[in-house]
Amino acid sequence: MTEEIIIAGFGGQGVLSMGKILAYSGIMQNQEVSWMPSYGPEMRGGTANVTVILSDEMISSPIVNEFDTAIILNQQSMDKFEKTVKPGGILVYDPNGITRHPTRKDITIYSIDATDEANRMGNVKIFNMIVLGGYLKIKPVILIENIIKGLEKSLPKRHHGLIPENKNGVMRGMEIVKQN
Amino acid sequence: MGELKLMKGNEAVAEAAIRAGADGYFGYPITPQSEIMEYLMTEKPYETTGMVVLQAESEVAAINMVYGGAACGRMVMTSSSSPGISLKMEGISYLAGAELPAVIVNVVRGGPGLGTIQPSQSDYFQATKGGGHGDYRMYVLAPASVQEMSDFVKIGFEMAFKYLNPVMILSDGAIGQMMEKVVLFDPIPRRTPEEIEKQCPWATTGKNANRKHNVITSLLLDSHEQEQHVFKLRDKYERMQKEDVKFEKIQCDDAEFLFVAYGSSARICQKAVDIARAQGIKVGLFRPITLFPFPSEELLKLSSQIKGILSVEMSLGQMIEDIKLAVECKIPVNHFGRTGGVIHSPGEVFEALKSTYLGG
Amino acid sequence: MDIKDIIKPENIVYQKTKLFTEKPLSYCPGCGHGTAHRMLLEVLEEMNIQDKTVGIAPVGCSVLAYEFLDIDMQQAAHGRAPAVATAVKRLMPDKFVFTYQGDGDLAAIGTAETIHACNRGENFTMIFINNGIYGMTGGQMAPTTLPGMRASTCPFGRDTEIMGNPLKITELLAQLPGVYYVTRQAVHTPNAVRKTKKALRIAFENQKLKKGISFVEIVSNCNSGWKMTPNQSNKWMEDNMFPFYPLGDIKVPQLEKV
Repeated sequence: MTEEIIIAGFGGQGVLSMGKILAYSGIMQNQEVSWMPSYGPEMRGGTANVTVILSDEMISSPIVNEFDTAIILNQQSMDKFEKTVKPGGILVYDPNGITRHPTRKDITIYSIDATDEANRMGNVKIFNMIVLGGYLKIKPVILIENIIKGLEKSLPKRHHGLIPENKNGVMRGMEIVKQN
Repeated sequence: MGELKLMKGNEAVAEAAIRAGADGYFGYPITPQSEIMEYLMTEKPYETTGMVVLQAESEVAAINMVYGGAACGRMVMTSSSSPGISLKMEGISYLAGAELPAVIVNVVRGGPGLGTIQPSQSDYFQATKGGGHGDYRMYVLAPASVQEMSDFVKIGFEMAFKYLNPVMILSDGAIGQMMEKVVLFDPIPRRTPEEIEKQCPWATTGKNANRKHNVITSLLLDSHEQEQHVFKLRDKYERMQKEDVKFEKIQCDDAEFLFVAYGSSARICQKAVDIARAQGIKVGLFRPITLFPFPSEELLKLSSQIKGILSVEMSLGQMIEDIKLAVECKIPVNHFGRTGGVIHSPGEVFEALKSTYLGG
Repeated sequence: MDIKDIIKPENIVYQKTKLFTEKPLSYCPGCGHGTAHRMLLEVLEEMNIQDKTVGIAPVGCSVLAYEFLDIDMQQAAHGRAPAVATAVKRLMPDKFVFTYQGDGDLAAIGTAETIHACNRGENFTMIFINNGIYGMTGGQMAPTTLPGMRASTCPFGRDTEIMGNPLKITELLAQLPGVYYVTRQAVHTPNAVRKTKKALRIAFENQKLKKGISFVEIVSNCNSGWKMTPNQSNKWMEDNMFPFYPLGDIKVPQLEKV
């Protein structure tokens, strides 16, 4: 199994940390992992993206030009990354703020109202965990208990109290994701 | 087995410095390598191993702090990115001239000038041909993974003290910023002052009654003396060539074509090899790990079975000159690479190979 | 009396300081460097810290200081001695560390390193030889060259409209909290030499207190660069340099109240 994922959105949406949790969780599952972020000024208020690769084999290139999965959280990223999904791959997006929806027919497209759901749950910070849950529902590449372990690893100890809420976010995301 | 962690390349460098038993790190912030000093300042090794960590007023000051520490026989290092490394070049030339051990990490970004902060490999000439003024070379290691970012700090110090010569770890923004699994080597205790004086009898640690005063200098006003000194340096570089060349061969045994690439380009080429092999094209990857000394001999040996080489670098083509020299122009050598901070994709690299050698 | 009688121990009235090497000084006859070296070495000898001292002399006339001082020495790049010394002292805090720098080195090319080492309050001694000229490279204008003073790169005298004003770096450094002790001395008369030695002693003793930088400026002559005889140059120094760079203590630590 090799899963090449691009996660892209605005800085501040938790794009990089979602990738980090995936990578940590992959390690908990004895996978090879790589996490390759965009970095620099473009992240300060602009767009942020990260390529995460999970694999049972050694990862050759951490930089790839097409992906098995694209998780897209704003319009700029949709314009940039819809075309990079491999035929037969999947695209998950939050329709909030999206004006030009994905149109490809050779990939499977899912939407998840994570922004609205996070607001309803009264915690905007778990937005990215809801999205992650949606993705894991479609592609169960990581077991939920390993996600929890990954959270424990990637969060500083003082934030471990937040883990149950994050888990709720993941579970909720699994429930609300839907195929377009 | 050592401790397993998920780390950025930059963080791995910092952690490895502490574990290698380094005595001091002196740096100045610049993207994309600032995590090295940030990590060290967070870990506070000065409270545990006693390692000194200091943010200098400039790259120039930082490399001269390295000079001062190295002249005392201490294991010292600095890190920067391209524009900052240019500033350090005077100090690196002095280190080479005075025969001092030091590790310098360059997390390369696109240039020239202030350039971009995105990854590049356009400092190859600077790293491998000396970089500063005078007849000298650095021992240059090119890590291609976070694991090697850690391991090469330890190897770098070993080589620096073996040859009494500055060692450069030539990385780039991609390897510095990405996270991968890394198995950290077990911590090595810092040497005691007594051990340092024994290992480095030349060090300026205070003149005692049992020896002459030690002088660290790169000044030899008599040009004949200077010539002899440069010959001595040359002998060291030749010894590096004999004893400490490092490289990796991937699927080279039956290869008809060869990618030659280092650092993150080598990782990208590895995937391009898989793409090509899936289409029945016999391609291998030759990865120089030491860029100086360059693995010329091995590449020449390999060239007898090869129809063409594609040098893949994130630059306009710099290493290609060393490859051409190595294969003595017996086979075609071409360049492919994006530059200015743009990273070529495995697909692009594969297409370049096809269009160069297989008529598209 | 022949030479054998003269060198009998009971007849010796003056001899080479033990911490000088056997190498004859290469400085121009009449230059103040030799005396400044000697005072430094006498202090190190009297404090018995030869085995604990590391000196750093960067580019300038004193670049060859390591030939003459029988202590462990590092030759540094032009201007960088304070950065070099910072690492030496931090990595070996129990050693005595000093820099020995000229005006071009300390106050022009190395201004950043000077100010930041001082501002961090690094715990070493800085010895600053100010003769208002680049001696080693043949008498060019220095940051401390006086207005109207001639040098090879201001052959008609320093025109402050074009070349800027001389930099009183010592007064500037005295403002910094990391600087503990600042004094300006000279080595052209026996009395001045005694005062310089005393200042150097204080500067090295201060390292034991770990209070920060001790800075000793020595205003000196450069008879070659100034194109004068040694005597003329000393007189010129008194008449012209001292009014601009007045001798005496500039920052003296207040005795801590008991």
